[in-house]
Amino acid sequence: MNMDSLSPIILSLVTFIPAAGGLLILLIPRRDRDIKLFALVISILAFVASLHLPVHLHRDHNLFKFEIDKIWIASPNIHYHMGIDGISLWLVVLTTFLTPLCVLISWTSVHERVKEFFILLLILETALIGVFTSLDLFLFYFFWEATLIPMALLIGMYGHGRKVYAAVKYFLFTMIGSMFMLAAILWLYAKTGSFDFAVIQSAIRSGTVPGFEHASLWLFLGFFIAFAVKVPLFPLHTWLPDAHVEAPTAGSVLLAGVLLKMGTYGLLRFDVGLFPEQARRNAPWIMVLALIGIIYGALVSLVQPNMKKLIAYSSVSHLGFVVLGIFSFTTAGLNGAVFVMLSHGVATGGLFMLAGLIYERRHTYEIAEFGGLATPMPKYATFFLVTVLASVGLPLMNGFIGEFLVLSGAFQARPIYGILAATGVIWSSCYLLWMYQRVFYGKVTHEINNTLPDLNLREKTALSPIAIAALVMGVAPLVWLSAIDPAVQRYALAPVTQLASRMVGR
Amino acid sequence: MTIVAAFAHSLPALLAQAQPFQAPPLADYMRILPELVLSLFGMLIMIVDPLLDQENSHQSLGTLAFIGTLAALASTFWMAQYPGTAFSNMVRVEGFSVFFHFLVIAIAAVAILSSFEYLKVQRIRAGEYYGLILLGTVGMCLMSSAIELVLIFIALEISSISTYVLAGFRRRDGASSESSLKYFLLGSFATAFFLYGVALMFGATGSTSIDTISQVLRSGNVPVLAYVATALMFVGLGFKVASAPFHVWTPDVYEGAPAPVVGLMSTGPKAAAFAVLLRVMFEANAPGRFWLIWVSAALTMTLGNVGALVQSNVKRLLAYSSIAHAGYLLTAFAAQPELGTSAAMFYTAAYAAMNVGAFAVISHFANAGEKYVALEDYAGLGRRSPVLAATLTFFLMSLIGIPITGGFFAKFYVLSAALKSNLVGLTLILVLNSAVAAYYYLRIIVMMYMREPRGVVPVTRIPAAAGLAIAVCVLATLYLGVVPGRVLDYAAQSARDLISARTVPAVSSASLAPKP
Repeated sequence: MNMDSLSPIILSLVTFIPAAGGLLILLIPRRDRDIKLFALVISILAFVASLHLPVHLHRDHNLFKFEIDKIWIASPNIHYHMGIDGISLWLVVLTTFLTPLCVLISWTSVHERVKEFFILLLILETALIGVFTSLDLFLFYFFWEATLIPMALLIGMYGHGRKVYAAVKYFLFTMIGSMFMLAAILWLYAKTGSFDFAVIQSAIRSGTVPGFEHASLWLFLGFFIAFAVKVPLFPLHTWLPDAHVEAPTAGSVLLAGVLLKMGTYGLLRFDVGLFPEQARRNAPWIMVLALIGIIYGALVSLVQPNMKKLIAYSSVSHLGFVVLGIFSFTTAGLNGAVFVMLSHGVATGGLFMLAGLIYERRHTYEIAEFGGLATPMPKYATFFLVTVLASVGLPLMNGFIGEFLVLSGAFQARPIYGILAATGVIWSSCYLLWMYQRVFYGKVTHEINNTLPDLNLREKTALSPIAIAALVMGVAPLVWLSAIDPAVQRYALAPVTQLASRMVGR
Repeated sequence: MTIVAAFAHSLPALLAQAQPFQAPPLADYMRILPELVLSLFGMLIMIVDPLLDQENSHQSLGTLAFIGTLAALASTFWMAQYPGTAFSNMVRVEGFSVFFHFLVIAIAAVAILSSFEYLKVQRIRAGEYYGLILLGTVGMCLMSSAIELVLIFIALEISSISTYVLAGFRRRDGASSESSLKYFLLGSFATAFFLYGVALMFGATGSTSIDTISQVLRSGNVPVLAYVATALMFVGLGFKVASAPFHVWTPDVYEGAPAPVVGLMSTGPKAAAFAVLLRVMFEANAPGRFWLIWVSAALTMTLGNVGALVQSNVKRLLAYSSIAHAGYLLTAFAAQPELGTSAAMFYTAAYAAMNVGAFAVISHFANAGEKYVALEDYAGLGRRSPVLAATLTFFLMSLIGIPITGGFFAKFYVLSAALKSNLVGLTLILVLNSAVAAYYYLRIIVMMYMREPRGVVPVTRIPAAAGLAIAVCVLATLYLGVVPGRVLDYAAQSARDLISARTVPAVSSASLAPKP
């Protein structure tokens, strides 16, 4: 069979396989083992299907690949328009890569309402992929909102501690933010008569949108608030530690690994893509916020007694790098930003999985409860070390590539930004390595820790892909960057040159 | 002075109209076929009722009533084949009225289905109950097709009086009587306002026919009296749709009335009243409506949402939520006529589907004597009754406005109509309000899924009838949320017919004056 013939429908397949699987689980009787196995098979199937995308990515002139454009609702003019470029391609693969691992990691930690758990997880996966593949603003909003309920329920139903508080806070923060985006989307529709990303973009570029000059700042901000909440950018980050700490492990992995990237992806695709002038005009203060996020997140991480909270705040810091890279508007910065999204997804996803494994054994995240774990759990310690090193950005690991590119981009934009951001790298090695030392080295301080079982086969299976991906992405980043670079070049940087030429032409 | 002058002016026209009596043609009866069918079934039920055994009549009478609504639905399709005016320009069949006929009768059908079990447990006499629902529905149907203010008033009264009585059907409960009496007193007061408005409108324009009023008001030179008339009619209709500041009755009445009746009266009469409001505001081109509606819409949604935030009784909470939704709907009335009408029509349909559904679930759950209507009673419902909880969650998601539900598209169309009409301020108020609203709907979802069950709240099996009612609502909400195209096209087309036909200045109504 010619695999190319799949190309027009492959995006729909990848997007909807998980949800279809979720609906099928509804029909399976409540035998937990069957449900888990089925969810695993479905998520692996989605992953395999998504591998079609990088393999068959043709280098042609179209900006978006694998496009499908059908009319969903004739009036208002809403299309089922999907397509990906080098930016969204890897985010889709990241989502499908992390979900099977989430299924594996939840195998024993979820023991009641198992059926609902896996249905929610798979529906969440569909919504996440949909966010990255839709090219119709309406469709995008549709999927964006559709991630809300499954995630909130995962936190609220399967979390621990103040889970309800965390779930409601997460829901309301995101909901309120995205209402502003909806208003902005509707304004664009009212003026252009289309929800199609490309149509709106070209209408804005050709200056045929009435009243755009006055509204552009507000539109930019409308989108920006929705995305900044999700990233989360300082000072809108307060929902994140709560949501992370109380969420079940799989929820944390997807939250850190993919959901936060919805925000940075949105900034890049919509804020920068639709409003290039406003994005550049507002870049200084956004970069300052990103810098505050980098340093503040790192400093707060440093003093966290709770392992999961530490990782959560480290996300604030890492995502600051992404925003910094995007708004530096340099080739290196943008490439780096997209790469950090991926490497953070892998590394922090891994850290949350590891934290979840220890929680399953000891039912606590307190760092003080551990110490000397390397003796009873050597394999666990090894995996943890690899992931920590990936996260702190050790050369030859994936974290390094992205952060390096972002930093060099930031230097080009303004040296002081680069210098300040570089301290973030130092801080991150401080808090992560210090935590590693406190948890794994020294003598075993609590007797109970001596009896902890090391990783079993299932857990090793779940963690190995993370470790391998972290290493491969660090050694051969070009595999990823070769798809990312043309996309950001044409996408985020090209408008500037066009803009400049238009201004000169006047 | 003006009244007398206007009356004197229109007197020749009125006299010219007075012709010797002629039996209306058969097509005229076709144009009120659903009303006839419903009245017939309503009377039939009341005749059959004394013949049946009191204890076992619930099932058979309910089935009869349900068949009545099905027959009425079928006759609506028949009626749709006969577009045009009937009975000397009193009633008009067009896309708009067919839409609301269908909606109102479907609401009644679902309300009847969800009452089966309720009546049995509450030991309510079924004959009167179902008879009143069917007769009330006649009034609602007539409200949507009447194009004559006096007939509208009569239809309004038919529907209102039935609902006043229905609200008091839990006779053993003081709250229900309170609810009924409050509704009756305030409702009559409000209807009086409406009637006063009609009288003044007649004074201002010399006619009670909407076509003529529209013609006069469009011809420029709008008398001050017409503004007053608009305001007064808005007071009357504002009460019926529970818009601020005439909304205060809603929570008390909803709390006391039987749950299936609340499902009916929070949607059916409301939809009909919105239909009248659309006719009066847009079709008749009421003067000075913009700020009236703007202020009322902003107030309604804000007060509704703020009120809902602090409720601990689910029925009261949904009462406040329905006030808020009336506010969202009113936003569409401030938009351009055509956009606003179609958005409002779609919203009424989506709102009806989700709200009737939510109340069907609640009335099943509240069950024995409506004991379990506190928010705490919903704790752990997700575990004990997954299906019931999942459907209620779905309806609540629709009320929040999450995608793949009808509520999402409804809000979406209203927002986009408002933005196209450059109502940025009102849009922002709506956006902020729906963000606030998410919180209290979420409280119910949180209760059901994230709290442990407290005490013993019995969950009985869902009986077939209620199950069917809930399933219909879920499907309707889903249909409107996934493929809203057809309904929206229909709404847009009928809005075009309703508005555009009349914005052309020289078009006059057929019987009063010959076409130029």
